[in-house]
Amino acid sequence: MNRIEAAFQNKKAFIPFVTGGDPDTETTEKLVLGMEEAGADIIEIGVPFSDPIAEGVVIQDASKRALANWCTADKLFGMVRRLRRKTEIPLLFMTYYNPVHTYGKERFLCECQSSGIDGLIVPDLPFEEKDELSAPCREHGLALISMIAPTSGERIAMIASGAQGFLYCVSSLGVTGVRGEISTDLGAMIRKVRSVSNIPCAVGFGVSTPEQARQTASLADGVIVGSAIVRLVAQCGKGSVEPVKNFVAQMKAAMNNK
Amino acid sequence: MQKGRFGAYGGQYIPETLMRAAQELEAAYEFYKNDGAFRGELSALLKNYAGRPSLLYYAENMSKDLGRAKIYLKREDLNHTGSHKINNVLGQVLLAKKMGKTRIIAETGAGQHGVAAATAAALLGLQCEVFMGEEDLKRQSLNVFRMRLLGAEVHSVQSGTMTLKDAVSETMREWSRRMEDTLYVLGSVMGPHPYPSMVRDFQKVIGLEIKEQLQQAEGRLPDAVVACVGGGSNAIGAFHEFIGEPSVRLVGCEAAGLGLNTPQNAAAISKGSVGVFHGMKSYFCQDEYGQIAPVYSISAGLDYPGIGPEHAWLADTGRAAYVPISDEEAVQAFAYLARTEGIIPAIESAHALAYVRKLAPSMGKEQIIVAVLSGRGDKDVAAIARYRGEDVHE
Repeated sequence: MNRIEAAFQNKKAFIPFVTGGDPDTETTEKLVLGMEEAGADIIEIGVPFSDPIAEGVVIQDASKRALANWCTADKLFGMVRRLRRKTEIPLLFMTYYNPVHTYGKERFLCECQSSGIDGLIVPDLPFEEKDELSAPCREHGLALISMIAPTSGERIAMIASGAQGFLYCVSSLGVTGVRGEISTDLGAMIRKVRSVSNIPCAVGFGVSTPEQARQTASLADGVIVGSAIVRLVAQCGKGSVEPVKNFVAQMKAAMNNK
Repeated sequence: MQKGRFGAYGGQYIPETLMRAAQELEAAYEFYKNDGAFRGELSALLKNYAGRPSLLYYAENMSKDLGRAKIYLKREDLNHTGSHKINNVLGQVLLAKKMGKTRIIAETGAGQHGVAAATAAALLGLQCEVFMGEEDLKRQSLNVFRMRLLGAEVHSVQSGTMTLKDAVSETMREWSRRMEDTLYVLGSVMGPHPYPSMVRDFQKVIGLEIKEQLQQAEGRLPDAVVACVGGGSNAIGAFHEFIGEPSVRLVGCEAAGLGLNTPQNAAAISKGSVGVFHGMKSYFCQDEYGQIAPVYSISAGLDYPGIGPEHAWLADTGRAAYVPISDEEAVQAFAYLARTEGIIPAIESAHALAYVRKLAPSMGKEQIIVAVLSGRGDKDVAAIARYRGEDVHE
């Protein structure tokens, strides 16, 4: 069993996201370790891209701050190598296809593998274009995480049947960001997945409060939270480790409290 | 070739949320492009509303002055709203209406596409919202007012470099929030499939008319067709009819801004590399880590870091050549056409004219160059005055 599969064994996985290099890679490194300590099961690290079309303002601004501080994929590979001396928590890179393509697909995936990354989330690589990365990812032992959205409808079966690691279920229309409520029928979405696959379903986009985490965890196998954490990092910068740990602990507690 | 691909280029690199909207558009377009009623309505609009066919004008003074080839100008500047953009928006907005959409959204750089989209929406009774970078909004206040006058709502885009590429990103984000009643009316031959093919189909009327009009005037094909390229819609529109005619040279003119040896240019083919952005694989100005470069050109319409995927393919196969034209060359050509022919071209189109001035002297007396005058230059007069150090207020 690989590290991602293990994260879903007999428990609901809490999957926080931070933008790598915001405000600097040293803080990102501490955030990863802190979030693990607070109960995170898998951690998503954003490789900043100049023009992230699926992100709302919070994560757009974080990418901008990271790039302004000269964060690069190379620096993040270095950070992952340092982290791997201290932790075995599953780590995913979330980025857009251009940073992977232009760095050199093969070179990027080699670096992911050798530094200790477990998988990739590439939101602008839908099912129709996933051949760009799916076979090469498999060769490098990386899970290429597939996404389904409220608009996926009859596409769900096709996407879910070939998915690896877990299925990233986008809870709402639009881009990432904190939302007051989630109006999509997540139960129906997950039932469609279940009819073709046993792959774990993790729900993201808009989940920001312990109550939302509790409700979401009652339907899904995992909960992904990005903007709410990135907002704390924006507010507290280098001092964000403690507030983020507290937040992660609260979310995890709410998920366990059925 | 694979669907939505031009060689290795093109594709549909968009978030899953948008796939349904893109596929719905693709299905509708595939149906209506062969629908007699749709085609009839569109040609009626192009004729009675946009003023097509546009003139193919023999620029006699310019031809004599340059001393060699005969130069013809395809006068897209004479269309309603003053550029080729109207050809595409009439097609897309009519399609939106057929699809049952009640609202369109569009990006704009200088405001040409935004004004055209607002115009078509006003005519066909759809709600229109335009996304425009804060920087462009400040530079093009007249066009902003024009769009509002036409009933459109204009949103200021404050993300990224606050220019055209960010306006495209923001319009895609808005589409992913609301697609049920909304169509994204994209302004160029770029973005995810089906846009590069669909926009080309709506613009290929330019090349079809050139062929027919030149046949009447000269009884033959042109030797060269020259057009400016940002995303590349007027160029593809003009080129498409001639791709299968090997005797016709096709030349696209990219914005070299302050020069290719500076970072202040927008020459995706001359200076960029292959990447994937805004839904398509093509050439982009970017750094070694795949971060999209902040580009520059005096022409807001060419100030985009990428180029349409069909151009990328035409460049790779050598069927079309892409040449860089600097701000200075474009500004000189702008003034040259005004003095020689009494026509003030858009600064975008002046990039094509600048290349004609270089090309014509190397051609034979009987040879023919057609340059696309993609838009009129009224919008640029104040900026050109400022470039020359004169303070003119709009």
